[in-house]
Amino acid sequence: MRSESRGPLFTLLIVSGGLIEGFGLAYSGMARPEVVLDFLQLEDFGLLLVMGGASVVAGVTFFVATRTLDRAPLTDRAYTRRVKSLDRNVVTGGLIFGVGWGVSGICPGAGYASLGVGNYVILWALAGMFVGAYAQGYWRAYRADAGADAVSAD
Amino acid sequence: MSGVVLAPVAADLVEFAVGVQVGGTELFPNGVLDYLIGGLFVGAGISVIYLGSGIIAGNSTFLETTLSYRSRLPRFRQPRFVQSRDWRVVFFLSIVAGAAVYKLAFDPTVWTTEVQWWRLLGGGVLVGVGTRVGKGCTAGHGVCGVGSVSRTSLVNVALFVGTAVVTALVVSGLGVSP
Repeated sequence: MRSESRGPLFTLLIVSGGLIEGFGLAYSGMARPEVVLDFLQLEDFGLLLVMGGASVVAGVTFFVATRTLDRAPLTDRAYTRRVKSLDRNVVTGGLIFGVGWGVSGICPGAGYASLGVGNYVILWALAGMFVGAYAQGYWRAYRADAGADAVSAD
Repeated sequence: MSGVVLAPVAADLVEFAVGVQVGGTELFPNGVLDYLIGGLFVGAGISVIYLGSGIIAGNSTFLETTLSYRSRLPRFRQPRFVQSRDWRVVFFLSIVAGAAVYKLAFDPTVWTTEVQWWRLLGGGVLVGVGTRVGKGCTAGHGVCGVGSVSRTSLVNVALFVGTAVVTALVVSGLGVSP
């Protein structure tokens, strides 16, 4: 099992990327749930510019790297695009995520940035996210056990 | 010559971008620059990590990899989670620090969100379930997946944005504010 922690340069890379991303999330206003809710209530479409701008930058980077670069210097990984399989979970998860986002106005990355700008009240949301992530892990284990029991009962 | 022709065109484009109105409602009442600049930084942060490591770093996997420190549930004990949990903690702390840098440099006001605690907590739980069942969040699907032109991510994003708009409109329609 290879660890992905590959020394100080790798850590420095993660820190740099995290600092830039966190700065951008705060700059964009996404760290403030009210701004996200303004978009979701169709009163200010700025969020589309944040998500769109970020996707274009990331997309161009992925496009250029996958075509012109060989392997990542710090991990020797091949450059790939982010493509996951489309199944029922993607649909169910998207719908549940949407309800949660619409109720709270906060998502994980913006939540971390919100903590950084001193909005400690956001800890309610971060605590909720951990509870939710734990609940689905518990539910998956329970379902797997139930499945195994059903098989052994046969 | 071309400058003379293009200048008014460019001015019109800027005016269009800043003052677009639909049905008498301004699309960007708070301007576009903060949103665009912020978005470019978010994309740049993701790009830096990607170019150096080949890793497409979403934000919500951190929730599960951090649970793996204490939980024995098989979901969280997957090698890919246990292997990446240390740097994901560093990534989380760096995002917090980057936002703190913005706060210290650009935003002297002191504020906390007015959104009610039960909305944050209840919505947060659903966000936690949804992102982990749906394989990604606003960063993973919304930025990296869309940037990858992944059909899976486009489907997921369309679903969560649509559902969130309906949900937020219903909640505000019920008189909850904020």
